Amino acid sequence: MSITIFVPCDSSAVSIGADRVAAAIAKEAEQRGIAINLVRNGSRGLYWLETLVEVATEQGRVAYGPVQTSDVASLFAADFLTGQAHPLYLGLTEELPYLKKQQRLTFARIGITDPISLDDYLAHDGYRGLNNALKQSQAEIVKAVTDSGLRGRGGAAFPTGIKWNTVLNTPSEQKYIICNADEGDSGTFSDRMVMEGDPFVLIEGMTIAGLAVGANQGYIYLRVEYPHAHKALNAAIAAAYAAGYLGDDILGSGNAFHLEVRLGAGAYICGEETSLMESLEGKRGLVRFKPPLPAISGLFGKPTIVNNVISLASVPIILDKGGDYYRDFGLGRSRGTLPLQLAGNLKYTGLVEIAFGTTLRELLYDFGGGSATGRPIKAVQVGGPLGAYLPESQFDTPLDYEAFAANWTVLGHGGVVAFDDTADMAALARYNMEFCAVESCGKCTPCRIGSTRGTEVLDDIINNVDRDKNVVLLRSLCDTLLNGSLCALGGMTPYPVLSALNHFPEDFGVDA
Amino acid sequence: MTDSSSMLATVQDIISTLKDKPGALLPILHGIQDALGYVPAEAVPAIAKGLNLSRAEVHGVISFYHYFRETPPGQHTIHLCRAESCQAMGSKALEAHVQAKLGIDYHETTADGQFSLEPVYCLGNCACSPAIQIDDDVFGRVSADRFDAIIEELA
Repeated sequence: MSITIFVPCDSSAVSIGADRVAAAIAKEAEQRGIAINLVRNGSRGLYWLETLVEVATEQGRVAYGPVQTSDVASLFAADFLTGQAHPLYLGLTEELPYLKKQQRLTFARIGITDPISLDDYLAHDGYRGLNNALKQSQAEIVKAVTDSGLRGRGGAAFPTGIKWNTVLNTPSEQKYIICNADEGDSGTFSDRMVMEGDPFVLIEGMTIAGLAVGANQGYIYLRVEYPHAHKALNAAIAAAYAAGYLGDDILGSGNAFHLEVRLGAGAYICGEETSLMESLEGKRGLVRFKPPLPAISGLFGKPTIVNNVISLASVPIILDKGGDYYRDFGLGRSRGTLPLQLAGNLKYTGLVEIAFGTTLRELLYDFGGGSATGRPIKAVQVGGPLGAYLPESQFDTPLDYEAFAANWTVLGHGGVVAFDDTADMAALARYNMEFCAVESCGKCTPCRIGSTRGTEVLDDIINNVDRDKNVVLLRSLCDTLLNGSLCALGGMTPYPVLSALNHFPEDFGVDA
Repeated sequence: MTDSSSMLATVQDIISTLKDKPGALLPILHGIQDALGYVPAEAVPAIAKGLNLSRAEVHGVISFYHYFRETPPGQHTIHLCRAESCQAMGSKALEAHVQAKLGIDYHETTADGQFSLEPVYCLGNCACSPAIQIDDDVFGRVSADRFDAIIEELA
């Protein structure tokens, strides 16, 4: 019987050599005349251990990492195929503390299965949610999602069930389900991991959404920067069509649902839902005024659900195990789990899915292991390029939408980027303003002009040109952006800029 | 492809295949850029005609999106991530190295036509910062030495 070896196909793992490791293992096995079954799984999300190679043994899956091509011969020599000791031996994967401390609901299969194998998906509880949904009325499906307490994981945290209910109750011949897969927020990669590591869960979630509100067409609006996810999604969609999980008659139920991936083109603003719909319609990605809400008049003027990848990928487990099961994780109004992404200057970067309520400090030190450089962590930006920088004094904030909002910070899509004490917060603030200028759609004046003027004002502050007067001007300008912008790009760029100024005035040459 | 009539034939082919999709313009532009490496100005009137749009509307869309380019790229396009996570791991120094090594700034192509350099705001490879993408391949934990080795292999 051949031995099964897992080498991730996740693009981050590939970016540090996973393909070469896989090729080296295949070659070495062939030379030694050993039959192996090489599976390219998703990543477990323990990126400092990538390339993480696993071997299926009688005791369970045994991990070795980080493996480089030069380690492959010695792994075979040490008989890693039966889980023997080696300097890179890590023990049973499931027992690794970083994984064991997590509560993986949305990421339950990721790193375990072959992402584009429908059989593997079905063998690991796949499509149980859809099967349940097919036995329920539309209102019952929406109720399960409402009861789960799921809130939009893209960042805005709007209750998903309420959005679905609005679309359900808006009569129309044609409705749409859009998955916002334009994960443009820097420091975030959970959407990418889902699409590369378990694309069927997203397809299943969208299919359930289609059933729930009576939509027969779905679009995944995917950023062009994710070519690996594009391939995985297309392969999984083709397999789902072939097996009757997509098409005109889903599993013989008489319900139709069609799904297509559409590529963005490098515009951050297209992660904003109305801009995304403009782009899908083939136009410049200009933000629309709201109202009308997309749930009432969205894509091509039809009622449309726009949900983030993680929101939709959380739906199958809710329909499988019930809204109560999901709601029992978390605290306050933040229910369920949040996949956090530890990035930047941390020793143990990766994906941590955990119930709401853990503190940022636990995340940074218990999971992240402190900074990669060994220097003190100076600041942490949570929630992408529009998220505030948190100083050490705010590290005890629990991961909860409301607790973050009370601090004038945002949890957003769960990206956590750490900086050590060499970071220049004035330079970062300037970068955040410049980013807004580069990515502004140009529709509203505060964002279009304010971001360019803001960059100039920050240059003057940094270069000590009328510094005191310019700090006053910067605050006034940020006030205009906050209150006068059409969408979150202009409206939230002041979060990183002002939090940097308020918490680290010395970096701007300003007295505290 | 230098021959302008065969280029236009390619463009026309892509338009005819895709024009009946709802919201066909972006898929068409992607199709053209995938085939030719860029969206040539000569393609604009054909796209406008195929979709019953004005040329201004088509041009407006091409110029809105950072990804679409109106000039031919080098043989390899390097996207260097400028975002925060990569900055936290030394991308500013990498950026300076790459620009000095290639002798070009962003949005430029080396004189020998080998490499084009473009900024990118996150590749989703933030757990392995700093990151770059060359054509369809993503590279993580890129040091100056590793960058040199990667382009050495391509050249």
